[in-house]
Amino acid sequence: MSAREDILGRIRSALSDAPAAPPVPREYRTTSELDEEALILLLVDRLVDYKAQVSVVPAAEVPARVAELLAEARSYVVPAGLDAGWLAAVDDGTSTGRAAGAGTERRRVDAAGAPLGVAELDGIDAVVTASAVAVAETGTIILDGSPNQGRRAISLVPDHHICIVAATDIAGILPEALRRIDGIRPLTMISGPSATSDIELERVEGVHGPRRLDVIISR
Amino acid sequence: MSTFLGMPSLPVFGSGNLHAAESFPKAAHRELGNAQLRANLGHATHTIRDKRLQVVSELPDWEQLRDAGSAIKENVMARLPELLEQFEANFTARGGVIHWARDADEANAIVAGLIRDTGETEVVKVKSMATQEIGLNEYLEEQGIAAFETDLAELIVQLDHDKPSHILVPAIHKNRTQIRDIFLREMPDADPELTDSPAVLAMAARAHLRRKFLTAKVAVSGANFALADSGTLAVVESEGNGRMCLTLPETLITVMGVEKLLPGWRDLEVFMQLLPRSSTGERMNPYTSLWTGVTEGDGPRNVHLVLLDNGRSAALADEMGRSALHCIRCSACMNVCPVYERTGGHAYGSTYPGPIGAILSPLLTGIEAEENSSLPYASSLCGACYDACPVKINIPDILVHLRSKDVDSKRGTKKLPSQMDVGMKAASWALSSGKRLGLVEKGLPLGRLAAGPDKKISKLPGIAAGWTQSRDIPAPPPESFRSWWAREHGNPNDGVVPPQETATQGKEGQA
Amino acid sequence: MRIALFATCIVDAMYPRTAQATVSILERLGHEVVFPAGQACCGQMHVNSGYLKEAVPVVANHVAAFDSADYDVAVAPSGSCVASVKHQHPMVARSCGDTALEARATAVGAKTYELSELLVDVLGVTDAAAQLGSYFPHRVTYHPSCHGMRLLRLGDRQARLLRSVAGIDLAELPEADQCCGFGGTFSMKNADVSSAMLADKTANIRSTGAALCTGGDASCLMHIGGGLSREGSAATTLHLAEILASTLEAPASVTGDVRVTTGKASR
Repeated sequence: MSAREDILGRIRSALSDAPAAPPVPREYRTTSELDEEALILLLVDRLVDYKAQVSVVPAAEVPARVAELLAEARSYVVPAGLDAGWLAAVDDGTSTGRAAGAGTERRRVDAAGAPLGVAELDGIDAVVTASAVAVAETGTIILDGSPNQGRRAISLVPDHHICIVAATDIAGILPEALRRIDGIRPLTMISGPSATSDIELERVEGVHGPRRLDVIISR
Repeated sequence: MSTFLGMPSLPVFGSGNLHAAESFPKAAHRELGNAQLRANLGHATHTIRDKRLQVVSELPDWEQLRDAGSAIKENVMARLPELLEQFEANFTARGGVIHWARDADEANAIVAGLIRDTGETEVVKVKSMATQEIGLNEYLEEQGIAAFETDLAELIVQLDHDKPSHILVPAIHKNRTQIRDIFLREMPDADPELTDSPAVLAMAARAHLRRKFLTAKVAVSGANFALADSGTLAVVESEGNGRMCLTLPETLITVMGVEKLLPGWRDLEVFMQLLPRSSTGERMNPYTSLWTGVTEGDGPRNVHLVLLDNGRSAALADEMGRSALHCIRCSACMNVCPVYERTGGHAYGSTYPGPIGAILSPLLTGIEAEENSSLPYASSLCGACYDACPVKINIPDILVHLRSKDVDSKRGTKKLPSQMDVGMKAASWALSSGKRLGLVEKGLPLGRLAAGPDKKISKLPGIAAGWTQSRDIPAPPPESFRSWWAREHGNPNDGVVPPQETATQGKEGQA
Repeated sequence: MRIALFATCIVDAMYPRTAQATVSILERLGHEVVFPAGQACCGQMHVNSGYLKEAVPVVANHVAAFDSADYDVAVAPSGSCVASVKHQHPMVARSCGDTALEARATAVGAKTYELSELLVDVLGVTDAAAQLGSYFPHRVTYHPSCHGMRLLRLGDRQARLLRSVAGIDLAELPEADQCCGFGGTFSMKNADVSSAMLADKTANIRSTGAALCTGGDASCLMHIGGGLSREGSAATTLHLAEILASTLEAPASVTGDVRVTTGKASR
């Protein structure tokens, strides 16, 4: 008998008393009924608590804010589908005063047909992505691999993640957010920069994932 | 609903790192002697208790989430064969490969074979209880494959050639200074000026593992959840080591117990609220990754899942104990447990320590395996674990159930009954009649003689010596309440109604 | 109201004054107390130690003693014994396949109350000084036992009653919700861990400077008191029933021979 048949047989045998499958009471909250202003305030509060840096700006000011946050990055990567307008204010020449490596562009684009290698990504200082949805109550941003967010590796390897969240994409609580996304896409839920509580159960920020998370809430 | 038509077969128990090699009281005695351990555990468990209480009290619907979580898991157990088949079909349809493992040996062999097929001799690992349970690292080492733990606490334990002592924070028994010393001793690339600040130590781990992450071709992980209706797997983590392992290598091998299934996407909204708040006491853990088979251009191209039984079907066969399989490995029960707080996780022997381990280990291995019969007694039944459990596993009731399984398994097998057996039989006789108890109480004033002028008893023989090692017993009173009542109120049958009324009452009672 | 007293085996044999105090309180409130003579023990020691078979006659005896008596409600000065009557008795009956006993046990359990639960929820006691004449001019700390707290969900009922006693100086016990380490036969089977838990409990009690520690469970108090005595501490333990029964005219003494006069005897 195959292991599969064997195990399924054991489990069926274990359930020979035919236990009932009870109905699931879903009396927990599934909506939050917060207005946009309240959602933004809550999300900012939670992100700051995780030691993420947050700015709330009108949509028109996103490019300037992105440029500002990238000021110190010698190089940065963006997914091919990122809104080009967000990068309009970024100076990709050498006028930042920092010498980009010879022959390398400051801006690198990761595209489906031409993905960057892991070593290349490791040499890049920052990444700029959009996001699919955010959860105000838990300070969580969800990336779903859409073209404006790119594949999972690009938002992981560079040490500084700049993530743009549209105010209209903020959900109040987790059930609202998860109901807005497609579960079979490769998903990453991000709540602050990488952290650990492994030493004396005290949280410290900054381990293997990006040590710096900048969130720009655009409205 | 699946129906079983055959005769129930005998349960097949699990193997691997699930056993206490020495009895709990013995191991606890040794661990209690370690003052540093006591201090480290006390500090860590109190820190996390306060954090958990705070984030749990923030949610107005915490109890409703627990109710939903509990019912979802009960559902999963009742429909497990059907959900496993559904999961398998979906995972396979999306390019994943499923392997079934009856026990630890079979799972280890499958994983080693898959690694060998890639031609690699090194793998990176995400913290996983299932691979700890089956002893995968040790097995791979025998096979010439080096497995590198990448979770900070697992790394500490691995570098120190130690064993994990907690399911969330395997190095909870170490403090920052001890960890600094381990890094200095075992990490060739560690800065000799390393301080014991947790942030500095975390940076040292980052530097140490960075190259491994970027070059690894194969990763091994566990999984927190698996969604049957889509074939999706989820890993919940903090440091980003999980994302590194799940995203960068070409081959990903996940080992997961069959009980980890959830019916579907909608159930995740419940568990992703219950788990982070219960485990690290955060509103949400920093990173959660979800993947469904293989995604072209994003992540590993070869995705495997080993579905592990290893005694889970045996635990499922225990009607009173099966809800132990609802466990989502949050560790809230051990963080609030007064016994765990004082002994630490090593005293439990098994991969699964604390209150959940005290029920899960004997359920997976059978109560008669090695010293696992001592585990259900490692609790004062204070109930703190049940209150903290996000899926409402009634751990105290299951502990009591397993104690009776232990007592029953030993009935008639011993040449001589134990002192406990004899005492319990005698007490059952004396305590099942008011008259007999009254007679016994008449003898109690003799205890006043034993107590002497300071009115206390300080030393008793046999099993009762356990009591008097740290506690006196007061001298018994000159007269029991029962005797006083009879004297004061005259009628020893006071409260017993005349026969005609008794008959009516009896009928009502049985209705 | 006709109230049946379930003294519990440990109070009956070792702490008769706790039961006498319970009688005194209830009689002061104008209720009639009866003592079903067949009663002995709830059997939780057997159940909790895994001796389910041996628990059956103990449970059957309790059910027989209490479903044949004529009373409105039953009361016990012990959270864990009441929890056993309510939760364990039907389970024990079920385990031996006795559905009739299970039904009778459930009925008895439904009528059984822990003392503070009865006083607060049923008899409407909100002010012990005013309604019971409770007077206890001592510094006291209070340990809420696990089973009262987590199985019966007594909440702050016991603490509220204590706070309303005239003259009392109630000191908050640090880490009050932590188990004292008794756990029945746990204290013997795992004596080392139990002793370590007890040592933390007694240290917390001593840190309050209280003359005594009170609570609603005689068994936990015996355990804590045994530890304090062994440590040579001047602090002792006293059941909350005895504090509630203590009056200006007949005060309970906190050291040595603690005597409480019952309502009947004082008449």
